[in-house]
Amino acid sequence: MRAVIAKLGQALLLIIAVIVLNFLLIQIAPGDPADVIASASGGTTPEIMAEIRAQYGLDQPLWTQLWNYTTQMLRGDLGQSYFLDQPVSSLIAARIGPTILLVLSALLFAIVGGVFIGVFTARRPENPVSHGVTIFSLVGYSMPVFWTGIILVLLFAIRFDVLPPSGMTDVKFSGGLVAKVIDIAEHLLLPAFTLGVIYLAQYSRLSRATMLEVLGSDYVRTARAKGLGERTVVYKHALRNAVIPVVTIAGLQFGALLSGALLVETVFNWPGLGRLAFDSLLRRDHPVLLGILFMSALLVIIANLLTDLAYRLIDPRIRVGG
Amino acid sequence: MADPMIDVSGAALLDAADDLVAASPGRQALAMFVRNRAAVVGFVLFVLIVFMTLFGPTLYGVDPFKIVWAPHTAPLDTADAAPLLGTDYLGRDVTAGIIGGGRATLTVAAIAAGMSVTIGLVLGSLAGFYGGWVDIVLMKVTEFFQVLPALLFAMVLVTLFEPGVWTIAFAIGVVAWPSTARLTRAEFLRLRNLEFVKAARAMGASDLRIILRVVLPNALPPLIVSTTLVVGVAILFEAGLGFLGLSDPNVWSWGQMIGSNRSYFLTSWWSVTLPGMAIFVTVLSISLIGDGLQDAFNPKLRER
Repeated sequence: MRAVIAKLGQALLLIIAVIVLNFLLIQIAPGDPADVIASASGGTTPEIMAEIRAQYGLDQPLWTQLWNYTTQMLRGDLGQSYFLDQPVSSLIAARIGPTILLVLSALLFAIVGGVFIGVFTARRPENPVSHGVTIFSLVGYSMPVFWTGIILVLLFAIRFDVLPPSGMTDVKFSGGLVAKVIDIAEHLLLPAFTLGVIYLAQYSRLSRATMLEVLGSDYVRTARAKGLGERTVVYKHALRNAVIPVVTIAGLQFGALLSGALLVETVFNWPGLGRLAFDSLLRRDHPVLLGILFMSALLVIIANLLTDLAYRLIDPRIRVGG
Repeated sequence: MADPMIDVSGAALLDAADDLVAASPGRQALAMFVRNRAAVVGFVLFVLIVFMTLFGPTLYGVDPFKIVWAPHTAPLDTADAAPLLGTDYLGRDVTAGIIGGGRATLTVAAIAAGMSVTIGLVLGSLAGFYGGWVDIVLMKVTEFFQVLPALLFAMVLVTLFEPGVWTIAFAIGVVAWPSTARLTRAEFLRLRNLEFVKAARAMGASDLRIILRVVLPNALPPLIVSTTLVVGVAILFEAGLGFLGLSDPNVWSWGQMIGSNRSYFLTSWWSVTLPGMAIFVTVLSISLIGDGLQDAFNPKLRER
C-alpha cells in the first residue's frame, strides 16, 4: 500500500514537471503570445495589446505566470484554442476516446497475438513459423508505420474493397447499437492492425525467448515430473512468467504507441488526438498542441501506474518485495 | 562472468589457431560478424545507400524538385526518356526523389543519433558510476523524458521553432536518449565494483579516467548495438515528421515525398510506395547490422 502511495506521489511530480516544461516551451518559443492572440482576433493597436496582456496575465512576473499556469492546468483548464473559439480541454475531451480505443485495441492485439505466437514457436523451435518470427520482427520494426498504413489501405480498402479506408463510422450509417458497434469495429480493424503489428513482432520474439527459458527451468520440470498434463504445465505454470516481460515492455512503450497512433490516425483519418494534433499543427494552434502533449504525457503516466499494478497482480514476488 | 580477454576455452583457442593471429575480442567479433550472412547483406546495403545519397544526385543529375515529364507517368514507361521509376502528381522524377531524398534523412539521423547517444552516455555513466543521489536525480530526469510521447514532443518543438535540419535533429536527439542512458547506467552498475576497476582506483586513477578508459570500453558492445537501434529510430522519426509536413520545405526527403503524394496514391501508387520502400530498406539494413553485432559480441554464441 505504501509503495502504491509513493508511486502516486511520483506520478504527481511528473505531471507538474510536464506542466513546467509546457510553460518553458511557450516562453522560449520565438514570437510574443500576445501577438498571436491579437492577430487571431484581428486588429492590433498598442491599447489592445496591453489589454490582451492584462487579460491573459502576460504582464505579470514570470514566477507568478508559472504559478498561475500550473494551478490552472491542475484544475483541468488547458487554455483556449487560438483558432477555434473553444477551450482546449473540450476539444481534447471530444477526441480522446477514439485515440484510447485505437491504442488499446492495438495493444491488446499485439500482446495476445505476440504471446500466442511466442508460446507456439517456443514449443516447436524447428517449425518454419519459428524462423519466420525472427524475420518478421526485423521487418516489422523497420517499416515506417504511416507507410504500412497506406499500403494496407491500397490492398484491403481499394484493391479488394473489403474494409473501409478511413474514418471511424460510415457517413451513411443508420441502425441500432449492435450495427454501430460492428461499423466501428470494421473501421478500427485496419488502423489497429497497422499500429499493433510492429509490437506484435517485438512481443512474439520477446515472449518466445522467455518461454524457452521458462520451459527449461526447474519448476517446469517439477511440474512435469509430478505428472501434470502438458497443457497445464504450459498454460498454467509457464505462461504466467512469459507474460511478465511483455507487460513490462508494453507499459514502457505506451508513449511510443501513442506517437505511432498520431501517424496512424493521420493516415486513416481516425478522429482522435493525433488527427487533432495534425490539424492544430497546420493552423499553428499552440495551446491545443501543448494541451495534447500534456494529456498524452498524462495517459503515459496512468499507463505506467496501471502496468505497475498489473505485475503486482501477476507476480507475487514483487508484492512481497514491496 | 567470463572475461573474453582471458577466454581459454577450446573453441576460442581453435579459432585463434584458425586465423593464425592472436584473436582479440574485437577480431573475434569481426570474424563472427563476417560469418553472419544477414549482417553482411545489411552492411553492404547500408554502404550502397550511403554511396547513393552522397554521390547519386550528382551522378543522376536531375533535380527532384523539377518537373520533367507528364504527371502520373507509371514506372518503366516505354517512352524513350521517361523516368525509370515514373513521375509524381506534378510530373517530378521519382527516381531523382529516391536518390536525393536520403541525404536529409541520413544527415538528420546521424546528428540526432550522435546527440542522443552522447546525452545517454554522459547521464547514464554518471548515474551508474556515482550512484546515490546523482543516480536518483538523473534517473528521474530520464523517467520524465520517457513519459513524453517522443513524436508529439518533436512535433511541438518543430512547430514552435523553424523546421530546419538542426531543429529536427535536435528535436529527435532530445527525445531518443533515455534508452541509451538506462543501458549505460546498467552496464556501469554491473562493472563499477569489479576487480579491474578497483585496481585502477587503487593505482590512483581519476574518476574521469576510470569512467572513460576503464569502464566505458568494457560497456561498449551493448552500447554499440543499442546505437544501431537509435539510428533506426531516428530515421523513422525524421520520416514521420517529414510525412506530417514538418521537414524543411526546401530540402527533399523521403518522408515528405510520401506526405505530399499521399492524396494521389490512387493514381500514382509508386510515388508513395517507393520512397517508403527506401526508408524501409535503410532501416532494415541498420537493423540487420545491429542484429549481427549483437550475435558477434555475444561470447556464448562465439564458443559454439
